[in-house]
Amino acid sequence: MFQVRIHGRGGQGVVTAAEMLSIAAFSEGKYAQAFPSFGSERMGAPVVAFCRISDREIRLREPIMEPNAVIVQDRTVIDSANAFQGVVEKGFILVNSSHGMANDLKNVTLKCIGATEIALEHIGRPIPNAVLLGSFAGLTGILKIESVIEAIKTKFSGAIGEKNIAAARVAYDRTLGGA
Amino acid sequence: MLHQLEGSHAIARALALCRPGVVCAYPISPQTHILEGLEELIRSGKLQNCEYLNVESEMGALSVAIGGEAAGVRSYTATSSQGLLYMIEAVYNASGLELPIVMTLGNRALGSPINIWNDHSDAMSVRDSGWIMFFAETNQEAADLHILAFGIAEKVRCPVIVNVDGFILTHAYDRVDIPSQEEVDEFLPPYAPSVSMDVDSPIAIGTMVPPEYFMEVRHLAHRKHEDSLAMIECAGHAFEEKFGRISGGLLRGYNLRNADTIVVAMGSVAGTIKDAVDELNQEGGKFGELSLVCYRPFPEEALRNSLKNAKRVIVVEKSLAVGIGGILSREIELAMKGCDVEVISVIAGLGGRNITKTMLKECFGRKNHEKTTFLGLRNDIIGDQYRRISNDDC
Amino acid sequence: MSPLTIGNRLAKNVAVQSSSDRPNCLTSGHRACQGCGEALGARCVLDAAYVATKGKIAVVNATGCLEVFSCVYPENSWRVPWLHSLFGNAPAVAAGVAAAFRQQGKEDVRVIAQGGDGALADIGMGCLSGMFERDDDVLCVCYDNQAYMNTGVQRSGATPAFARTATTLPTGNYLGNDAQTGKNLPKIAMAHGIPYVATASVGDIRDLEKKAAKAIRIKGAKYLHVHVPCPLGWGYPTSETIKIARAAIQCGLFPLFEAEHGKIVESTPIKEPIKVEDYLRGQRRFAHLFGKNAPPEALAALQNTADNNIREYALVGGADE
Repeated sequence: MFQVRIHGRGGQGVVTAAEMLSIAAFSEGKYAQAFPSFGSERMGAPVVAFCRISDREIRLREPIMEPNAVIVQDRTVIDSANAFQGVVEKGFILVNSSHGMANDLKNVTLKCIGATEIALEHIGRPIPNAVLLGSFAGLTGILKIESVIEAIKTKFSGAIGEKNIAAARVAYDRTLGGA
Repeated sequence: MLHQLEGSHAIARALALCRPGVVCAYPISPQTHILEGLEELIRSGKLQNCEYLNVESEMGALSVAIGGEAAGVRSYTATSSQGLLYMIEAVYNASGLELPIVMTLGNRALGSPINIWNDHSDAMSVRDSGWIMFFAETNQEAADLHILAFGIAEKVRCPVIVNVDGFILTHAYDRVDIPSQEEVDEFLPPYAPSVSMDVDSPIAIGTMVPPEYFMEVRHLAHRKHEDSLAMIECAGHAFEEKFGRISGGLLRGYNLRNADTIVVAMGSVAGTIKDAVDELNQEGGKFGELSLVCYRPFPEEALRNSLKNAKRVIVVEKSLAVGIGGILSREIELAMKGCDVEVISVIAGLGGRNITKTMLKECFGRKNHEKTTFLGLRNDIIGDQYRRISNDDC
Repeated sequence: MSPLTIGNRLAKNVAVQSSSDRPNCLTSGHRACQGCGEALGARCVLDAAYVATKGKIAVVNATGCLEVFSCVYPENSWRVPWLHSLFGNAPAVAAGVAAAFRQQGKEDVRVIAQGGDGALADIGMGCLSGMFERDDDVLCVCYDNQAYMNTGVQRSGATPAFARTATTLPTGNYLGNDAQTGKNLPKIAMAHGIPYVATASVGDIRDLEKKAAKAIRIKGAKYLHVHVPCPLGWGYPTSETIKIARAAIQCGLFPLFEAEHGKIVESTPIKEPIKVEDYLRGQRRFAHLFGKNAPPEALAALQNTADNNIREYALVGGADE
């Protein structure tokens, strides 16, 4: 089972990102379970969402405490949300940041990508969720970029969908290229 | 066909396949996504011949369903928590009038203190109201139970509540198989009530019943519930035959054979319990799990048959009857009267408190339990606050 | 005092109630008190609606006197499809019935929700307002006897100022009900902008029948507010229900009018206005206003209410001047 925890703020599409991840996994024939940290968070408040991906039926219904990957949509929540807590060995951390970040964790791959900038350039809005999923596909290899694109299409239709897809591709390529 | 869907939308799509004619609800978290999904299906024309009424309160919501059903049309509503309490007078009314309404309850705690998260307190507040009550373990079962519910309700002439854990299921994206319209049409015949409001044969529904007849009315309602147990079990088998998967029925066992300890639960926590049971058994334990799908009518005999060979029954329940303790555990204790089985009550997950596999394993593995165990209780908080409320005067 | 003594048989249009083949939707044998204004009002409204729709009406009844006296199992007095659910939800239940009929292609069956002032002005006002706001195809009829008669004459939101009820006893410095005018449900209905609102009274059966027959044919939400004196609760001889109802109209305390989409379009003129005293004096609920030590302000205040009504609804020719 591969477990992903996504941190960000209300309004950044954190919950939608987890849902898209689960849809992408589903399209590859896997079992997936996505769920938000339930609450009445308003715009701007720290938000967490989760996604489990597995080849077998997922029965477990607890929050993800030992993620294989953490996606941070807004780096300002890292300390207050204790975003890196419990990341397993050989796990991944993907941070939305155009600046680098020191990796204090052993045996964990940390990658920074300026997803907000890519979103602004390609979508025209600072919504980094789809962009980060493109990068996630490149970083972890858990999902194909084509599956992520299919998932983005189910959530964003028409021109806005195309723009999100273009942005996700850029992030995917940039992540694989190591830039 | 398989879909990756939010639980609420899976329920909405299953409901649409049941062809309701009147749908009404008043928004309350976490039930809202179900009615949003339904309204979208109606407005986009995917659910036809159905009217959606936006009402001013939960009392209005269930009342509209009462009217719709009394006038001969399949009617549906949904609520949660405080909303259920707000409509509770109509809850008793609907069952008394024998109207086969189906209602989804997105289970949530009751205030005060106000809390929007999941537990089963709301469901427990109407456990004696005369409605049939099902609990869904997964979103697949949540969708399936709605397809089952209309048929059962209409055959028994009794309303049905489908309990779906708020947020944990309603807001979770899962793999759900949504059947085709043809399949559901074959399984669920059109609603054909034997009596309804009809100008050609007028009847009075809901008359006052004096003491000379009231006991008999209640007695018959109880008999009807008891008789429906066999029918509910049959409906579960018929569902499996038609759709090729197990949903509904009275209860569902896991690893029961050779189990010394059987954990009983309702709703989505059963999944985490099964994972815990598997790990405990790998470590040499003898654990099983029993999901209670049909809570009302209470399947006393089926429960006894499933549990009688165990030494210990641990009931994990998401509600608390203040002043007495666990509700389900006491009902099971009564059902097990005469059997040599210890029944332990574990109160868990109140107000959305996380229930983790680690917590469950530790709890199940204990040798001795208190009369009522509160899972994951924060004793640091209890200590100070208990001193504040306790009164030394005798 | 009564200008309306012309025999029905002499009039051009015979009243439904005076017809030998009236439908008797609420038929005889029920358990209402002698002289019950509500029983009379309900029979008149339903019979008129029944005739107007050729028998296609269905009725949802709120809890209250009308429900209790008409249907103690195994007997009932209703000759139309009739449903009683709860005290506070009749308009919502009726909305559900109307929606179900629409889904079945039975829109020709017209739906009535009925109840007393307690059911509609108080406990069920939320459901009533919701029904109005959605413009559901329902005629709601309120039989207003101005208190909770079913439970033993307690004050309701529609109880008029100074009235004695079991919970507004005139003792010491208290002069009965100390509210201002009672909740004005017709005006609240009008504020929703629904197609039709009317007031009527068992003191003017022809007017009542006319309005019920008109309302039942209109599509959308309708409201009919019927003044129904209660001999038990108001304290007058059971033979005087019609007389008391007429006096309420004639003094101006109960104005008869029709409104469409929130605007008054018609009011029934008073031929010879009487003093409110002449309406109040025969009722025990107002007896404390006529004692030796009764302060005159109370009667003056009620007269003022009547005078305001006469002006506002132009009940007397030239009243606007």
